[in-house]
Amino acid sequence: MSAINPLNRSMTTDFDSRNMDWYIDKFVQFIVFVAGISAIIFIIGIFIFITMEGFGFLLEDFSFREFFLSPFWEPSDEDAPEYGILALVAGTASVTGLAMVVAIPFSLGAAIFIGEFASGKLREYLKVLVELLAAIPSVVWGFIGLSIMNPLIIDLFDVPVGLNVLNAGIILGLMAAPIMTSIAEDALKAVPDRYREAAEALGATRWQVIFKTVLPAAKNGLLGAVLLGVGRGFGETMAVLMATGHAVNIPGSLFDPVRALTATIAAELGETAVGSPHYQALFTIGIFLFIITFIINLTADLIVRGIRKG
Amino acid sequence: MNATAKAISEPVAEFAIRTSKLNLWYGTFQALFDVDLNICNGMITSLIGPSGCGKSTLLRSVNRINERLGYVRIEGNIEVMDKNIYDPDVELVQVRKQIGMVFQRPNPLPISIRDNILFGHRIHNKGDKSSKSDQNEIVESALKQVLLLDKVKDRLNQRGTELSLEEQQKLCIARLLPVKPSVLLMDEPCSALDPKGTAAVEELIWELRGEYTILIVTHNMAQARRASEECIFMLMGKVVEHQATEDLFVTPEQKETADYIEGRYG
Repeated sequence: MSAINPLNRSMTTDFDSRNMDWYIDKFVQFIVFVAGISAIIFIIGIFIFITMEGFGFLLEDFSFREFFLSPFWEPSDEDAPEYGILALVAGTASVTGLAMVVAIPFSLGAAIFIGEFASGKLREYLKVLVELLAAIPSVVWGFIGLSIMNPLIIDLFDVPVGLNVLNAGIILGLMAAPIMTSIAEDALKAVPDRYREAAEALGATRWQVIFKTVLPAAKNGLLGAVLLGVGRGFGETMAVLMATGHAVNIPGSLFDPVRALTATIAAELGETAVGSPHYQALFTIGIFLFIITFIINLTADLIVRGIRKG
Repeated sequence: MNATAKAISEPVAEFAIRTSKLNLWYGTFQALFDVDLNICNGMITSLIGPSGCGKSTLLRSVNRINERLGYVRIEGNIEVMDKNIYDPDVELVQVRKQIGMVFQRPNPLPISIRDNILFGHRIHNKGDKSSKSDQNEIVESALKQVLLLDKVKDRLNQRGTELSLEEQQKLCIARLLPVKPSVLLMDEPCSALDPKGTAAVEELIWELRGEYTILIVTHNMAQARRASEECIFMLMGKVVEHQATEDLFVTPEQKETADYIEGRYG
């Protein structure tokens, strides 16, 4: 009778036995965990590093008034060096501002075309192309600014130098456009198709569907795209270094050369003595840039996720 | 001229929608075969049949929303109010103005309730700027007609997407009315709703009959039976039977119809 009872075969089970797989699983979990939190560690590490390097300046020579409100950046003046970043901020802001004026219509138009009008193969090709455009190194853009835009601006507007706000703004705008296009297109794609269908069934034309339904529904994502473009503009170094003219100056017109915060660090850091006030001042600019881009990117991220403030 | 006199002097077409030899392909797949139908003016006609029988496809070709897909090919005619809507001179916008559609899943736009209702109206009345009070009146009467006014009149600026599903579907019906369509197409309008919502929306559809010609696709045979006046049974892309609802359910002429309504398949 017991022969046909399968339960009789083995009444003891090793519920606590562990084989190799268990250890491999734990190990992989650990590795992935470390990789996952490494981003946080690096961010904090970098922040601590630049803060420490710039700290001496913040404690001794730093004057809030001078740093933010003086337009004179004269760190090499032997008698009375001045560390005012107002002109540098103005340079970065003017170039970034113009870049957005260039990039917003381009990227929004491209995103609308790719997302709403192009279909099939064309759409795929365009997306790949936009990604490729985003991968062009910034020094190449700077090169274009230097060797193509510069003479072009001199010719077209009859100005003595073509390295100015206009040049850098256009270059930076073209640089920022692909990534903005990509994110804006994602935002359009995230709009449920039933909204389009509803609007079309009510008699809306294709343009009305886009303008009255899709764009309002995607506005958070589109705003996020623009903010990421701004973040890119603030942080970009090489292209603005090459195309702005690199002169400390609060610009009065599009044809004035300016200097950007990032370019200042890039150009001067190698020539300063480690630990000198100048060196530390550059790191203080670094802290400032870090905080600004951090805020911009965080805001963009929150907006893209649809978390609205207030 | 008052409304009755107008109705007498202008002969009203007996049939609001007529299809003849309607064939439809999705790419190479043929979804409709020689569909010939006459849909009575001012009545509720339901379309029933198992999944994939082509009832939604038929409905969606009556306002040409099928064309969004891009790979749809159609042969034959669909006449709405005696005009073939597939004629080359037909403007899609006018087709959509004449023929409203309610979808399976309520799809109010992510704008305010008020703007949802005025959306179609604004599109079709671009020229004349209607005053704010006119607009209020339009919103109010549309909401009243779908029995939603009391529930939402204090929150017209709330997003349409924040309402309950039942209210959303009513809103989707309400926003068709200011456009003054003659035909309403409904693609399983209650399938996303609970029984209470279904009853409410059915009641509303019943209220609208007479004023509008309503063509409604439903998966729910009981719904077709209680909420429509005529009924069409489709199978494999063909119309099998078209009768008064009462007759179709009591004395079906075709064996397939009898088998379907008795639940032997589908």
